[in-house]
Amino acid sequence: MAFLAILIAAWATASRLGESYLFPGPDDVAAALYTGFKSGILTRAVAKSMARLLVGYSVSLVAGVALGCALARVKLVKETVGLLVLGLQAVPSVCWLPLALLWFGLNEMAIQVVVVLGSLLSIAVATESAVNTVPPLLVRAARTMGAEGAALWWRVILPASLPGVLSGARLGWTFAWRSLLAGELLFVSGGLGQVLEFGRELHDMALVLAVMAVIIALGLASDHLLFGRLERRMRRVWGHDRR
Amino acid sequence: MVDTYRDAKAGDAPIIEVAAVTKSWPREGGGEVTSLAAVDLTIRRGEFVCLCGPSGCGKTTILNLIAGLEHPSSGEVRVRGARVEGPGPDRTVMFQESALFPWLSVRSNVAFPLEMAGVPKAERDARVERHLRMVHLWRYRDAQPHELSGGMRQRAALARALVNDPSILMMDEPFAALDAQTRDVLHGELERIWVETGKTVVFVTHNVREAVRLGDRVIIMGTRPGRVKRDLEVSLARPREPNDRDVASLSAVVERELKIEIEKVIREELDDAWTPAGNGLPRDSHRGMGDGI
Ligand SMILES: Nc1ncnc2c1ncn2[C@@H]1O[C@H](COP(=O)(O)OP(=O)(O)O)[C@@H](O)[C@H]1O
Ligand SMILES: [Mg+2]
Repeated sequence: MAFLAILIAAWATASRLGESYLFPGPDDVAAALYTGFKSGILTRAVAKSMARLLVGYSVSLVAGVALGCALARVKLVKETVGLLVLGLQAVPSVCWLPLALLWFGLNEMAIQVVVVLGSLLSIAVATESAVNTVPPLLVRAARTMGAEGAALWWRVILPASLPGVLSGARLGWTFAWRSLLAGELLFVSGGLGQVLEFGRELHDMALVLAVMAVIIALGLASDHLLFGRLERRMRRVWGHDRR
Repeated sequence: MVDTYRDAKAGDAPIIEVAAVTKSWPREGGGEVTSLAAVDLTIRRGEFVCLCGPSGCGKTTILNLIAGLEHPSSGEVRVRGARVEGPGPDRTVMFQESALFPWLSVRSNVAFPLEMAGVPKAERDARVERHLRMVHLWRYRDAQPHELSGGMRQRAALARALVNDPSILMMDEPFAALDAQTRDVLHGELERIWVETGKTVVFVTHNVREAVRLGDRVIIMGTRPGRVKRDLEVSLARPREPNDRDVASLSAVVERELKIEIEKVIREELDDAWTPAGNGLPRDSHRGMGDGI
């Protein structure tokens, strides 16, 4: 907190020295935030971006975990799709945008494709390794207790993979968020990315910085409140905090 | 002195039959590793049988075959006369590491086999409580496995193994990781539970004293390839104490048999210079502390 205060003070001083149009101070940004939320521009943009993120992320969470399980346990999938996954991981998610635009046109679908492709692979890869490192002893024990097939997956393999899947999901969330903003910035139709682009066109540096502040705040909040909380809870239940 | 054992007799109703079972695995780079060669073993209902042998002699493999987790390469495993095709609710296994699910509380861990069997909630709760009380863990029902000591975890694992009332309980070195005192206590409790429930127990250990302390029979296994070397009936009175004279003297007999096998393993693992006498230092009995007093 003290660090944050010093940082803001330093920023305020620096902005006095420079040209305020290119380097607005904290007061200007605060004003931009205030008008942004009051007029509803930022509120609508946040709502739009978050709604998109939730849809795209849900899809990639479900598909990523399923793909990860298949990669871990189905040899054929590993030998075919596995190679593809490795290759595609090298592609930054915005690079899908041109392709997505050509395939789906200028619509929601295109941007969701970017979000999903940006996060799905990291979730799948994390799930694969989590499933592969489930202690075989737990699976053997479960089988002697009558767990087979779907019950074995739902009640044993997936819960046992949870720590790994969760860190993959956390990483995937960050990737989804970045892909979404990149997509919105380039391709426009509502959302925070578009407001950012809008601020640039108007040379409204205070607005640009205000949007960035919102992005940082949302990123920190979701990571901390959602994943941080889940992870702490999991560590407590599993006893990972001991030792 | 040692007429406290005799070679096991055949006769009474068999519950487990391992008939001419061979198990081999493909070796990396061709060939096969044979972990069991033509093993014959008959276990009678209600018997407490200990499998004893050097590590790698196929003890775990035998349990896996009886549990239905693996299939024999040749031969047949039968339980109550029916060929074993897979795991079944009449057989459970308890392992050296408790294999409790770390994400479930003690209570939910013990309830797991009942849920898999589709036992209704009310009955499930009653059975979980009865079994947790039996192993003296009812107070810890809401604890997570990591909050328990090693001995308590094995108690929980025992409750989980017994909760669905299997007729055969297999135990794979269940107390090997515990300290001697805890192990003694658990031996006493296992003996009590076995007497009370009349289960058939197949107990794997490489601790001879433990085998003689617990078993009606001690099966000594040999290695390379894994096979049954000796089948001893232990007719010592129960309850037994680990330091009973008879337990000690019978252990010494079994120990000698096992030593031959263990030396064989070490000879194969180390180079030719190794001899059973150890490092070649002369043994001077006068220098042994307290020897001969
Ligand atoms: N899944 C497996 N694949 C290959 N070899 C195995 C496998 N399981 C066991 N073995 C081999 O079979 C032998 C017996 O193993 P095991 O039954 O675990 O012995 P024990 O429990 O008596 O120590 C060992 O030599 C081991 O290497
Ligand atoms: Mg073993």
